[in-house]
Amino acid sequence: MSVGPVDESALRTLVPQVIGVLVRRGADFASAEDAVQEALVAALSTWPQDPPRDPRAWLVTVAWRRHLDLVRSESARRAREERVEVEPEPGPAGARDDTLRLYFLCAHPSLTPASATALTLRAVGGLTTRQIAEAHLVPEATMAQRISRAKAAVAGVRLDTPGDLRTVLRVLYLVFTEGYGGDVDLAAEAIRLARQLAALTDEPEVHGLLALFLLVHARRAARTSAGGRLVPLPEQDRSRWDTGLAAEGVEILRAALARDRLGEYQAQAAVAALHADALRAEDTDWPQIVEWYDELVAITGSPVHRLNRAVAVGEADGGRAGLRALEGLDPGLPRYAAVSAHLHERAGDPAAAERLYREAAATATRVAERDHLTRQAARLHRLLEDLG
Amino acid sequence: MAKYLMLKHYRGPKTSVEDAPMEEWTPEEVDDHIRYMRDFADRLRGTGEFVDEMALSPEGMWVRFDGEGRPPVVDGPFAETKDLVAGWMCIDVESHERAVELAGELSAAPGPGGRPIHEWLELRPLLDARLVADE
Repeated sequence: MSVGPVDESALRTLVPQVIGVLVRRGADFASAEDAVQEALVAALSTWPQDPPRDPRAWLVTVAWRRHLDLVRSESARRAREERVEVEPEPGPAGARDDTLRLYFLCAHPSLTPASATALTLRAVGGLTTRQIAEAHLVPEATMAQRISRAKAAVAGVRLDTPGDLRTVLRVLYLVFTEGYGGDVDLAAEAIRLARQLAALTDEPEVHGLLALFLLVHARRAARTSAGGRLVPLPEQDRSRWDTGLAAEGVEILRAALARDRLGEYQAQAAVAALHADALRAEDTDWPQIVEWYDELVAITGSPVHRLNRAVAVGEADGGRAGLRALEGLDPGLPRYAAVSAHLHERAGDPAAAERLYREAAATATRVAERDHLTRQAARLHRLLEDLG
Repeated sequence: MAKYLMLKHYRGPKTSVEDAPMEEWTPEEVDDHIRYMRDFADRLRGTGEFVDEMALSPEGMWVRFDGEGRPPVVDGPFAETKDLVAGWMCIDVESHERAVELAGELSAAPGPGGRPIHEWLELRPLLDARLVADE
């Protein structure tokens, strides 16, 4: 008997498949998902000492038994209250379809973004409630409530209802940008979920999103200094970029773009790929980045994308041009003051830049971001003092 | 989601509508007030928005460094300060509007005669300590 750590990633991949098996045997989604979660927790505690020969079969057996226990203990009460649930038709669907359908269900438009991300991480991602709670810095009981309410919200939705891939991609993007720093790495989890989804569909935007994740993730080691200080893109030590991940991202993006159905994630990945191409910051092809941002803004019209475009315009054509690109945007937009500060400094107005960096620091929502903006304000304050 | 602290003050810079000290309420009024706070927290546990709560003793002192090798300087226990935090509740909510709504509800806790005390609560966003993967 071999004893060793559980391959958690492989185990998680099985979770949506096993939920699918239980649903096709007649369990409703909510109880199937509960039963599989319990089997998962049991697997994490017993497998290191006693690994099963067939992990998937083990999970199905334990989850199904757990489901039957739950049904029996509730059946007396339920029999009085409601008729027996109509069993869904046992379709020909295989594990691939089951998993894809779970992505749709967990990103159902009736769910709030927070509910959708939590449910996706549990039912598709195979994370435990405790892990999801830790990643979101809330108590486990709070996260358990959130998930159970999310499940109640989609209780009437049949698993075989066709879904919208765009909502799924939005949920994965939210998971990726939620943040990292704890034991559970949500960015890595978003990548795993995007990989799994990309294996199920050849929709170019799914592959664009995966490429974007990989290209941005490739820069992660360089994004903070040894002391935990945030390092902006132009100052990053590019030798610390993960060239393997970046190359994979570029390859996936190239194949997606070749399908000639551009979308917002492909366009953002194209920007990230151009950064990856530049060996030094000064080699960055800013005019081409501006072109990609033009495409992106044409697709989404999003103020956030217009803000990022203004930064690129500032690099390509100078601070004044960048500031002109900011015109018409709401100054209350997150990061507006920081972008405006950066562009004012580039345009040769350090006094305005200092004032804007202070303002940006006061409205920052993350500690690392606030510290970075405070340092920028302090640097300009010193510079202005030296100038007299 | 964003986290907020709702800070409750024993004495704050802003005076509540019902400002009689709790010691002067009837014991039942005190119980009702405490029950309201507890029910409120339970409800937030149910909606998945509760993070933490803590109560602070009104006793305290000021402490500061006084140079290498010297004991810290203490001031107090203080008898009177303008601002005295009584405790906090930390929530994790979908929007700023939701945080304001919840603080408004908590401020309606009953006081003398069962009337809402309209207490001023201080609402402060928490900064996220996690790093984020973006440009």
